[in-house]
Order: sequence, then structure tokens, then C-alpha cells
Amino acid sequence: MSKSLVQLRVNDMEYVTEACPMQRLLDVLRENLKFTGVKEGCGEGECGACSVLLDEALVNSCLIPVCQAEGKSITTIEGLATQRGLHPVQQAFIDRGGTQCGFCTPGMIMAVVALLKANPDPTEEEIRRSIAGNLCRCTGYTRIIESVTSAAQAVRQVKHERLS
Amino acid sequence: MLQNEEIDCIIGTSVPRKDGPGKVVGAAIYTDDLHFPELLHGVTVRSPVPRGRLVAIRYGSGIPWEELTIVRAADIPGKNCIALITEDQPCLVQAHINHPEEPILLLAHHDRCLLEEARRAIQVEVESLPAVFNIEESLAGKEVIWGENNIFKQFVIDKGNVDLVWNQADFVIAGEYSTGSQEQLYIEPNGIVAVASPEEGVTVWGSMQCPYYVHRALTRVFALSNERVRVVQMETGGGFGGKEDYPSMVAAHAALLAWKSRKPVKLIYDRAEDMAATTKRHPAKIHHKTAVRRDGKLLGMEVHFAIDGGAYATLSPVVLSRGGIHATGPYYCPNIRIHCKAVATNTPPHGAFRGFGAPQSLFALERHMNKVAFSIGLSPEEFRRRNFLRKGQDTATGQTVREDIDMSALLDRALAEADYYNKQAQFTRENARSPIKKGIGFAAFFHGAGFTGSGERYLASRAEVEATAEGRVRILTSGVEIGQGTNTSLSQIVAETLKLPLEWVDVAQPDTARVPDSGPTVASRTCMVIGKLLEKAASGIRKTLQDSGMLASSYSAFEFLEACRLYIERHGKLKIAAQYQPPPDIHWDDEQHKGDAYGTFSWAVYVAEVSVDSLTFETRVQNFIAAQEVGRVIHPLLAAGQIEGGVIQGIGYALYENVVWKQGRMENAQMTNYIVPTSVDVPSIRVIFQENPYPYGPMGAKGIGELPIDGPAPAVVNAIEDAIGVSVSRIPALPEILMEAAEMVHV
Repeated sequence: MSKSLVQLRVNDMEYVTEACPMQRLLDVLRENLKFTGVKEGCGEGECGACSVLLDEALVNSCLIPVCQAEGKSITTIEGLATQRGLHPVQQAFIDRGGTQCGFCTPGMIMAVVALLKANPDPTEEEIRRSIAGNLCRCTGYTRIIESVTSAAQAVRQVKHERLS
Repeated sequence: MLQNEEIDCIIGTSVPRKDGPGKVVGAAIYTDDLHFPELLHGVTVRSPVPRGRLVAIRYGSGIPWEELTIVRAADIPGKNCIALITEDQPCLVQAHINHPEEPILLLAHHDRCLLEEARRAIQVEVESLPAVFNIEESLAGKEVIWGENNIFKQFVIDKGNVDLVWNQADFVIAGEYSTGSQEQLYIEPNGIVAVASPEEGVTVWGSMQCPYYVHRALTRVFALSNERVRVVQMETGGGFGGKEDYPSMVAAHAALLAWKSRKPVKLIYDRAEDMAATTKRHPAKIHHKTAVRRDGKLLGMEVHFAIDGGAYATLSPVVLSRGGIHATGPYYCPNIRIHCKAVATNTPPHGAFRGFGAPQSLFALERHMNKVAFSIGLSPEEFRRRNFLRKGQDTATGQTVREDIDMSALLDRALAEADYYNKQAQFTRENARSPIKKGIGFAAFFHGAGFTGSGERYLASRAEVEATAEGRVRILTSGVEIGQGTNTSLSQIVAETLKLPLEWVDVAQPDTARVPDSGPTVASRTCMVIGKLLEKAASGIRKTLQDSGMLASSYSAFEFLEACRLYIERHGKLKIAAQYQPPPDIHWDDEQHKGDAYGTFSWAVYVAEVSVDSLTFETRVQNFIAAQEVGRVIHPLLAAGQIEGGVIQGIGYALYENVVWKQGRMENAQMTNYIVPTSVDVPSIRVIFQENPYPYGPMGAKGIGELPIDGPAPAVVNAIEDAIGVSVSRIPALPEILMEAAEMVHV
């Protein structure tokens, strides 16, 4: 397959890189652009370790051909923290034991960020359903659920402070 | 400056985990994240058959073979074997193939697409031989595939005289149980990057639990001295035993390709290869025959415990030991005989998986205890209460319980927390009218912490603490962080010992060129054994500074800093090593399997509440209580996380995780059809710690990592029996197995 120049917008920055149009977005992010926070756990869309946001949608980057990501805004784990500090979801995963080996963590956090954008005050059931596509083998999910609940609270708090 | 009150409560406090920030921003560096100039990728060509003789290797057309690095057994500079316990497993097939997916040939190239085409273009011509696929076939011995009789190891644990009890008993109850294989399914697959040449020796960076196992294996494969091999552990995305011995194989392969190509080589398994080719939990068959007196006291227990080790010995002898020693559990019985056998089959070798033989034998025991209780007309809890081990009594191996353990009290607490009796009554009422049948069940068990028998004595682990001129303290150990929180809990122990802020303690990256051999990161030993060494080494630092007169008996953190600066200025460096010393009065007889099998045990009672759909026979765990005595808890959040994760893995083992074998090969080597619990399949776990400080653990801590996987399977299956009145004796208890068992009952 012949390579061509691909233009990608990742974490609010523009990149131009050489890739085959059908190359996995995962490989282009990791190998060409060095966003190695995006992990490969299975390569078949089951584990969710490679989750990124494509515009607002949570996707498995191992199932997305790079051509499909052109013209869209990609957010990876590297794009969440700002100069002011960690994203509330990241902070909650540290505080509440949501991360252990850390390999599912980037994808898991992206799934939670997507959830909280759509639903700032999720129930436990809604949290469980929204991360069902992200496998974690270490935590048993209990601490991840607690992290999400705590993060949701923090996100709402931030919004509330901005409004008042 | 930090006040001393704050420093005093480092232990028992959920301080922020050391590796947290790197992991949540995606900055933690795992093996596949490493990049080297001129990097080649490696792949492995594997056996298509379970057993046979390698006749020829044909290189198909259309591939520029001269561009590829090709490694075969003949290219190995040293010994063609992966050194572990028995040196029977080759690094690459020479002539004989003993299992599907056995590595035959290695390829490397910078272009991964071409590499994959090349792998597919290789044809392996094999003369097939008859193969053996399960414990029964192996013991029947029609085909001898390993040694003289297919037996890796067999031994008997004997206590009292079980032959005399059968006639005296009021009841004799037998039962047969079996457990399936289980895939560790760490989310990061196995992987290694290697740089190697005859001039520079071998260096590997990789995902692993045991840097010194990899180190030893590489010195043999390359016939190099210890100093010329260097092993560096990268951030490791889970292990659960799956990265105990297999990384030695991956490292040898990557290093052989690097040695021949003279370029860095990255060898990362994809998920299918990782599941099909690497180790899993041993399948087991367990038979119980139990003699009981009318009053419910155990008189005699005879157990046959057999495990399927796969094609090579690897860790099977020690998995067998632990499984056998745990086979009669936390009960006192005066007469015990446990027959233990690990046998060979033509499947990839089974290996370490959290629990290491104990989940198999404890599943059988805790199902059998229910069977015996029902047979003699006692409730499961009352029958157990009458037989729990107490202080001063001895285990199957004759180990006297020295600690104040009260299993009856732990049972009461777990049942109360679960609202056991009310739930039982409620379910009995509701089940009659509902297609969803609910049930509640429990399991009582223990788990020995640290290596079995003389293991820790032979290991003679070392760990070091080093102070720097800046007053920081560095931990040097080959005990590694794999998610369990080692770097944090070990830092807590050192910070507490030296009365320093936690932030002043660093953990050196595990690198065999820098850290001493602290033994492997396995067997619930890291916090308890290595933690104790670090506590001693840290005390040594303080004592050295105080003996030199540079530090007063009570000091502030800044006075410590000043003392370090002064000492290092005068003496060059300040590094203290500690080496393992067994606790006093610990004796073990390797030949007879008698004595103190472990320095100590952790004890637990787990209660599961399930619902079973009587139409589809799908089971859901609705509630789960995990109560345990693990000594002093160093870090409550991390400890609870270990328990919760272990419980969910145990629920997977009980209900969902089914390795489908066909001709010795895993047929469902994909996450799509090897089903592990997701967030919607399991409840939140309620964790209860009872803390009874262990005098020989650091700050009173005992082992914790493996304990939680022993109890869920029997607790869940006992609850299923409570729900639908069907006795299931094998796991995973898939819907079709429950349906079949239910139909048997109703016929």
C-alpha cells in the first residue's frame, strides 16, 4: 500500500505525517507521532486500552483507519492535563486507587472523560455501562467506580465555581 | 517542614501511590514505548502440531530472505534451554516438538508488514507423533512424552495414620472435583527489547516480574558471565504470575535476534500469540475421601491432587507443593494423607498464576466441606466451626499455628456483614415464586505467604537502602512494581523506619546492573519478605549515622539530611544491605514434606451472593464480602485494591473464564471469546481487614497478593448450590454445566 501525507489534529495541535490511508490510527499515533500513552492491549477492539476521542466520540483507535480521522479532532491521554494541572478524572484515579498496573488507565480515563461530558452526574449503573468496553484486570473495577464518582463531583464543582 | 506526627502515620495511611502521576497522564514508559535507532522487530515461528519431529523448514518464494535475520537452534551460542528448575525446556526446537506453539525459528526485520508475510511464508515440515492431552491420558502412560513415566513430580504429605480411621468413622464421604485452566490476561502483552553482541554482552528491557530469572536464563543461553548480562524491568502492565517465567523465553529470543543482526530488536507478542503460547493456570483433578465422627469432628482426610503441567516441567513442581500443602486448608485433622502428582501433557507449559496451585485445591476442599456438612446433617458454618485450626494445633505438614487466629470469629464477622441468615431466609421464601433463584454461600481458607518450604532460605534474598548526599534515600531491590503498589508500600516502610517524609524515598529502576537479587516478585512475598529486608537496611542506615555520632537518637528530617551529607563527605557512600534470615524455630523437611511450610499464613472468609436464571442458567454475583486477617495493613487503599482485583479474577475463574483446548492448543486465544469479567458483570466488593500484626513482617505485615483468588470460586459455587440445589464440582461453572447438572437432579 502506498503512503501519502496525512494531516491530523491531535490534542489541539496540527500534525502532518506519512502513512497508508488504511493504517490503524493507533499505530500512527504511537509510532509516527509518539503518543505512546495510547496503548495496544488486544488489537481487536475488545480491551479499550487504545481508546481516544474522535471529536466527542470514544473510539478504539486500533479499529479506526487513519484516513477516517482526518479532519477530526483527536484527543489522547496526553491532551487532558493542562498547565494548571491534572484533569479531575486523572487526579481522582490517583486519589481513589483507580490505577494499578496502569496499562488500561489511559483508555479507561478517556472513556470516563467521554462519559462525564455527556452525563455529569452518572449513577453507578451508568458508570459501569460506560466503561464496559475497557477491560481492567487489576482493580476489579470497585476503585475505578469510586474514582469516577469522585471525579464527577470535582468536575461539577469546577463548573459551579466557573459559573458563580 | 513536616511534623513528626505526620511522619508517624505513614504506615496504615493511603498515601498517594508513587507511580500514579506517570500512569494517569500516559507518561509511564512500558516496553513497547521504547524506541531505538535502527530498531528491528522480531517474530516467532511456532509449531503447528502438539508432538512430532522437525523434518525440514522451507522458505517460501516472494520474500527477500537475505534481508531478514533468521535464528534457529544452531545459532544459540550457549545452552539451548530456558533455565528454571529442571533444564528440560529448549529455547528453540532442535528436533523434537512437544507442544503446539513451541518456538522453532525467529525472524527480524525493520518492516513489520514484510515480517508478517515472511512468517506466513515459512513452512514447517513435521513428522507427527501421538500426543497426550489430559491428566488421565498422561497417567495411563500409553505414550511416554516426558521422562520415564510422564510425571514431573510426585510426593505424599502424611500425618497420623489415615488407614486406621475408615473403620472408626461414623461417616465416610468422598467427592471428585476439577478445575479448568485460566489465562492471566494482564492487559499489557509480553514484550522485550534487546541489544546484544559478543563484544558488549546482552542487555534487555522488558515487561517482567523476575529480573534475576531472566538474567540467569540469558547467561545460560549465551554462555556469558553474570556481569555481561543486564536485565532492566520497564513499567509492567500486570503479571499475575504470567510474567514470572515466560519473559525469560521472550528475552532469549529477542536477544538472539539482536546478537545475530547486531541491531536492537523489539519482540512484542500480539494478544493471540500471548494467549496461545504463554503459560496459564494448571488444570487440576482432586479427589477427597473424608472420615468424620458423629459430633462433626474430622478424623481423617485423604486427598489425591493431580495437576496438568503441560509439556515441560517449568514451575510445576512448586505449584504442586503449594497446591498440595493447601489441600486440607485451615482445618485441624489428626490423620491426613495428600497424594500429589504433576504430570506432562502436550500443551504449552502451565505456569504461575496468582494462587499457584492453592485456588485449585481450595476450590475442591471448600466444595467438599459443604458436601460433608450436608451429608452429616450440619450447616456448612457449624461443621467448619467444629474443625477450624486453632493456635497450638498443626496443619497437614505438621506446622504448629503460632499466631492468634480465630477463624470462627472471622466467619461470624463475615456472615454478619453479609446478613447471611436473613438473606438465606429471604431467598428461600422468594425463590419458590421467582424464575431467578438467589443463593448465598461462603468459603473459609488460608494462604501461605512467601516461598514454600525452604524456598526463602535457598533464595537468600538481598535488598539495599542507600542514602545520598542530598539526604534522599533510595531503595535498591529486584522486587518490582507490576501494579500491586510495591514501590509505594516499600517506600512507606523505609520512610517510617527512618522517620522521613515519603517524598524523600525513591525506588531505583530494577536493573540487574544496579540492584541486588531480592528474589522474584511472586508468592505474596514482596511486601512481607523484601519489606522486612528494607526495614532492616533502613535501620542500618540510621544506626550507622547514630554510631558515627552524626545523628542524635531523636532527630528531625533535616538533621537526618545533614548527617547524611556529613557521612558521605567523610566516607564516600552510605549503603546498607540486608539479607534474608528465617524467623526463629522454622524447620522444613524437603524429603518428607513436613514442618513449617510457610513463615505465616493469611486467613480469610469470603461470602458470595448469587442469582441464577433458571431458564438460561446464567449466574450473576450480586454481593461479595471479603473478610481477611493479613497482619498489619501498610496501605489500606492499595491493600483493598489487591483484594478486590483478586476477587474479580476469582469470580472469572468460577463462572466465565473457559480455556477451550483442541489438540493441546487454546482454541479461543482472543479477548472476543475468552471472557473475563467486565465492569457490568460484577458487583463492588466489600473488603474487611482484621489486623493481627505478624512479628516477623515489616511493621507487622503479612502477604496479601494471592489470598483473594483462593476463595471466590468455592464461595460462588456454594452459593449456586444454595440457589438452585444443584451440586457442581467443576469450574468454570458455565451455564451449560449448571443446566446439565440441574437436569441430572430432576431426572
